[in-house]
Amino acid sequence: MPFSHCRGVKSLTSRKRKRVLLAKPMLDGHDRGIKLVAKGLKNAGVEVIYLGLLQTPEEIVEAAIQEDVDVIGLGTSMGIHKTVFSDTIDQLRTKDCGKIKVIGGGSIPQRDVHALKEMGVDEIFGPGSPIGDIVNYVLVLP
Amino acid sequence: MGKGSRKFSERKAEFRTLSGLPVNRTYTQEDMKGFDYSKDVGSPGEYPHVRGIHPTMYRGRIWTMRQLSGFGVPEETKERIRFLTEQGQTAPSLIFDAPTRWGYDSDHPMAKGAVGRVGAPIDTLKDLEDMLEGVPLEDIHFTESTIAVIVLSMLVAIADKRGVPIKTLKGTVQNDILKEYSGPSMYIFPPDHSMRIVTDVIRFCCEEMPLFNPISISCTTLREAGANAIQELGFWMAHSIAYMESCIDAGLDPDDFAPKLTSFFGCHHDFFEEVAKFRAARRMWAKTMKERFGARNPKSLALKFHVQTSGSALTTQQPLNNITRGTLEVLAGVLGGAQSIALSCYDEGLGIPTEESVVTALRTQQIIAYECGVTNTVDPLGGSYFVENLTNRIEEEAMKYVERIDEMGGAVEAIKNGFIQKEINRQLYEDQEAIDKGERIIVGVNRYEVEESSAVEIFEISSDVEKNQKEKLESIRRERNDVAVEKALREIRDTAEGNGNLVPPTIDAVKAYASVGQICDVLRDIFGTYKSPRLL
Repeated sequence: MPFSHCRGVKSLTSRKRKRVLLAKPMLDGHDRGIKLVAKGLKNAGVEVIYLGLLQTPEEIVEAAIQEDVDVIGLGTSMGIHKTVFSDTIDQLRTKDCGKIKVIGGGSIPQRDVHALKEMGVDEIFGPGSPIGDIVNYVLVLP
Repeated sequence: MGKGSRKFSERKAEFRTLSGLPVNRTYTQEDMKGFDYSKDVGSPGEYPHVRGIHPTMYRGRIWTMRQLSGFGVPEETKERIRFLTEQGQTAPSLIFDAPTRWGYDSDHPMAKGAVGRVGAPIDTLKDLEDMLEGVPLEDIHFTESTIAVIVLSMLVAIADKRGVPIKTLKGTVQNDILKEYSGPSMYIFPPDHSMRIVTDVIRFCCEEMPLFNPISISCTTLREAGANAIQELGFWMAHSIAYMESCIDAGLDPDDFAPKLTSFFGCHHDFFEEVAKFRAARRMWAKTMKERFGARNPKSLALKFHVQTSGSALTTQQPLNNITRGTLEVLAGVLGGAQSIALSCYDEGLGIPTEESVVTALRTQQIIAYECGVTNTVDPLGGSYFVENLTNRIEEEAMKYVERIDEMGGAVEAIKNGFIQKEINRQLYEDQEAIDKGERIIVGVNRYEVEESSAVEIFEISSDVEKNQKEKLESIRRERNDVAVEKALREIRDTAEGNGNLVPPTIDAVKAYASVGQICDVLRDIFGTYKSPRLL
């Protein structure tokens, strides 16, 4: 298992292409937005691993470690963001993988953004966010 | 007419509809060559029904106005139904939360955080009883496909308890599973088993509930996933054909069940294309029923449909602009001859609609119905060179999809091999690219943007919903007769393993207060589950 991200060890072969894992967590079936994000990232040269629907936070974090990604991006459109992000961050901390960035999108109201960032989510791209903003966020990561 | 003259130059090199059909500067008789009014269009109420399925249309009866309701605990949804009825809504339309629709109880680990969020939770019959307390059972639309067999059974159980003969029950259960595999992705069982359940529901209604619509073939959700108007129509027809064939294979006569099939379309930005789409849909239906399935009953040939204005046509930027979008989309639905309409509320990109936004949606419908005069004559756009030409072209293009899907072996095969999903995805990406490049203008998104303020109120679901719902389920589990539940579940298992109709044993199970999760677990055990291919 590659553990470059875990425990904060810098990968020996520093790579140029960013890797992003995208998933629809739990029972959220609305995947229109995340497909557009995946397409936008791919077009910008980012490697995208799309897990699809029905993913639990445990499965998401497990896959993120296996795939050695820089970013986990979750789309939620049915108000489950608080529990899903909290559980995902917990899983990352349990597995000592806090270096992996976690970003979220979908129908997340502005009033919840502060609490999500407090719990450790790195960025929220709320309703109506341009895909370009998400792409730029990933591209400028160190 | 030369384009060279600067005085009469055009602002674009070419004009197209949203689904890409070229649009000319003007249309004349020249564009109607070979057009035969009585054969190709016909009078309202006459084959092929292009102008509408009734001779009088809205001069006789205004369309049914039903807004989607469903959030929080069942009592909150009941309150929303009561509120909308007071405001003049003609009939309710209910939607359930994600755990219910995936066939999980509210205390299942996968349900965490989702109970009551984007619909109302239904764990047992008690929840639907509480939601419909004091609500007449007349003409309820259940926007439910994955567990339609359970929802129909619950409705029957409530009718029995109230002493309402189910032979008199009107209403609709969506029961359209194919669009879930093609579009927004909520399904439980593999497609072939799901088709059997759909067909069981249709067969039960044919035998026991003659006034009830056992399916609403609903490609609006494909539209939300990215399909254009032509794709929506083509895939809708292909799905409809699959259901027809499945019912015929089950031994039903087309003229017995075709009059009970209803449909459900979206409505997007391109006004004339949407009007033409609805008109083309009626002709496609009439011709397919008559020529392909040999239907003779005039009611089999008349397409009844509901319109839900598209959520994906709304923007979260400057949300009040969505009221204007919704007005145009409802107007297109009305000029297209819809039997019932729901309007996506202006705040739906942000959350569950507030009372204010849902009343604004209802008022929009009422203003179009009663103030602006468009309901005074039937199909006012009929005979327009442009609209008739566009109706023909949309039908031609949509039928090309039907032919391609026929060649693949039908809609179920076209879903299994990913054809429909890939076509929708391709369109989704193309449309987004056109918006990103500014080729397609969306006001407030890529033109006329402003610094957004959060002036619009966003509905908030109470944080107690999940806890309350779990406690309620727990108390029902304590109180119910476990022996009766087990007996009913065994009956479902035996029926699922054989060829019998799943509805009667499901009615017994819900009457014994077996939960949605329990019933689905039995069916999952027999039918298995399904994960569609991850297509980008």
